[in-house]
Amino acid sequence: MFKNFFRTILICSALITAALAGRASAATLVNGAGATFPYPLYSKWFSEYAKIDPSVKFNYQSIGSGGGIKQTLARTVDFGATDKFLTDAQLKSAPGKILHIPTVMGAVVVTYNIPGIGKGLRLTPDVLADIYLGKITKWNDPRIVSVNKGLKLPANAIVVVHRSDGSGTSAIFTDYLSSVSADWKRKVGMGASVNWPVGLGGKGNEGVAGQIKNVKNSIGYVELAYAFENKLPYSAIRNASGNFVEPTIKSTSAAAAGAAKSMPADFRISLVNQPGKDTYPIVGFTWLLVYQQQKDAVKGRKLVEFLNWELKKGQKMAAAILYAPLPEKVVKMVENTIKTIKY
Amino acid sequence: MEKESSTGRKAVSAEQSVSQTRSMKKILSGDSIFKGITICFALSILFILLLMVYEMGRESFPSIRQFGLKFITSSTWDAVAEDFGALPFIYGSVISSLLALLLATPLSVGTAIFVTEISQKRIGGIISALVELLAAIPSVIYGLWGVLVMAPWLQRSVQPFLIDHFGYLPFFQGAPYGVSMMAAVIILMIMIVPIITSISKEVLMAIPQSQREAAVALGATRWEMIRMAVLPYGRSGILGAVILGLGRAIGETMAVTMVIGNTPQISLSLLSPAYTMPSVIANEFAETTTRMHSAALMEIGLILLAVTLLVNVLARLLVWSVTRGTAGGGRIQ
Repeated sequence: MFKNFFRTILICSALITAALAGRASAATLVNGAGATFPYPLYSKWFSEYAKIDPSVKFNYQSIGSGGGIKQTLARTVDFGATDKFLTDAQLKSAPGKILHIPTVMGAVVVTYNIPGIGKGLRLTPDVLADIYLGKITKWNDPRIVSVNKGLKLPANAIVVVHRSDGSGTSAIFTDYLSSVSADWKRKVGMGASVNWPVGLGGKGNEGVAGQIKNVKNSIGYVELAYAFENKLPYSAIRNASGNFVEPTIKSTSAAAAGAAKSMPADFRISLVNQPGKDTYPIVGFTWLLVYQQQKDAVKGRKLVEFLNWELKKGQKMAAAILYAPLPEKVVKMVENTIKTIKY
Repeated sequence: MEKESSTGRKAVSAEQSVSQTRSMKKILSGDSIFKGITICFALSILFILLLMVYEMGRESFPSIRQFGLKFITSSTWDAVAEDFGALPFIYGSVISSLLALLLATPLSVGTAIFVTEISQKRIGGIISALVELLAAIPSVIYGLWGVLVMAPWLQRSVQPFLIDHFGYLPFFQGAPYGVSMMAAVIILMIMIVPIITSISKEVLMAIPQSQREAAVALGATRWEMIRMAVLPYGRSGILGAVILGLGRAIGETMAVTMVIGNTPQISLSLLSPAYTMPSVIANEFAETTTRMHSAALMEIGLILLAVTLLVNVLARLLVWSVTRGTAGGGRIQ
């Protein structure tokens, strides 16, 4: 009996030691967690970077911005990622100074399904806000018709679709509506999940796109990359300079260029409704969250090396998979911020 | 002399050690170890449940303190203003599960009766294998099928028909969106049919043949035999199957989230979108940034646990009251 017992213990402990030894002998592991929106790009970056520096392995879990912020504040990960910058209160509650490192930009595209109208819908900010507030209910509303002279808009009720899951896409979209409509700001506000006045909720980009495809006379919003890959129709939105601009990688990057002058040193800025002739107005940064004082010297150095690589080589990969790269001016500013990381 | 005593001591100590190993053997005998291990297993389940309740209670404390009872009577769900009320979610969960159960029970029990009492063995075998196959399909597949195939079909064909012909009823008012309470009920029904069918089938198969023979010998037709001898005998087992189905329906997350429309509102109309408790947790938990928001979601989890517990207790009482006094078969009028 005892003999068996001991044997079991011996085998167990041998297995555990083997497992631990296996971990220890592997490459330096840098753990991160957070936003789902940039996940396709980050996973491409990390797999490309593994070829350049095999001594480090990045492990990124796309658990959502909320989770990324929580884990960063608790220091259970080496870096976090978020589509929504931290509040002053959150920064204060952190055990050390947290830097926001913007990586790329995302745009939110307004898509629709109106029978007979394939392309070319134009929307003004106030019309978009009033559709989502439930004030404009018909496609042939005079305010929509007045900016869409060439289109034959039907007299049908508008079916509004929004995201049901908390998401950075919703955060950027509601941030935009808050910035262009005082009514929206007062009644709804901005956030990853808000109390929608009207509409159906679809889960994820695919849920929203699926409902728009199925329901005639509907309107909704999805991420730029998703709209492009699935060839969804998108509307041009009137920007702060008064031009109707279609969402593209270029018009998205233009938003950060437009904001470069007023860019705060910690990059905590909303990019919606930025000035510029060709700027698409519904745009947001996505950030990595990094502690200025790194706990582990080896991991800290590897992280900084990666960040510098991402700013130079990584940015060039972004456009190919439909993320808007940072404009040159902002890259310079970020480089200076990365220099302040100590390890 | 000294030698003798030393050998004597040796003998005594040897005897002692023998009896010690014997008692050790008794303590470590297979039976008692087995008993200890099973007790540990049984207690660990209780422990996990208590730990879950404790953790959820602790995490949801800010919301419990802030909203009190208003949490289950208010219909506002506003994460920006941090004003939370769970009534639409409780309503959505309870109604969608009960309606699904209402549709699934006759279908399942009917299938079980056909397989055990009426069909040929081979055909019955094929049917029950197919039904069990349904149970193996992951819920996300049901959800995708629901949102891509069923919801558009409901929107194009079924819901306009209902609005045109039964639009005067409060249950069929509003615009046809496809994604709706109705879609959730149908998906849930399909998902719980296999579990109710296969357990009901096992219950009916366990009924002694002599019951059936006795009924037939008294001149009963096949329907009368099923009604008087088979169903009353299997009543408690079938109820148990229905309860298991209900448990699955209330907790189902993925498939329902994809087709229910995710709008926190209480509407009598089956065509309007709704929301359930598991869906709102799945939708919002990953992106919560404020303490109050996650506390409110935790409290919904706690309510879900309480509702499930309540339903189970009620069902137990139902089974108990039904089985009391009718242990052997039904009365013949």
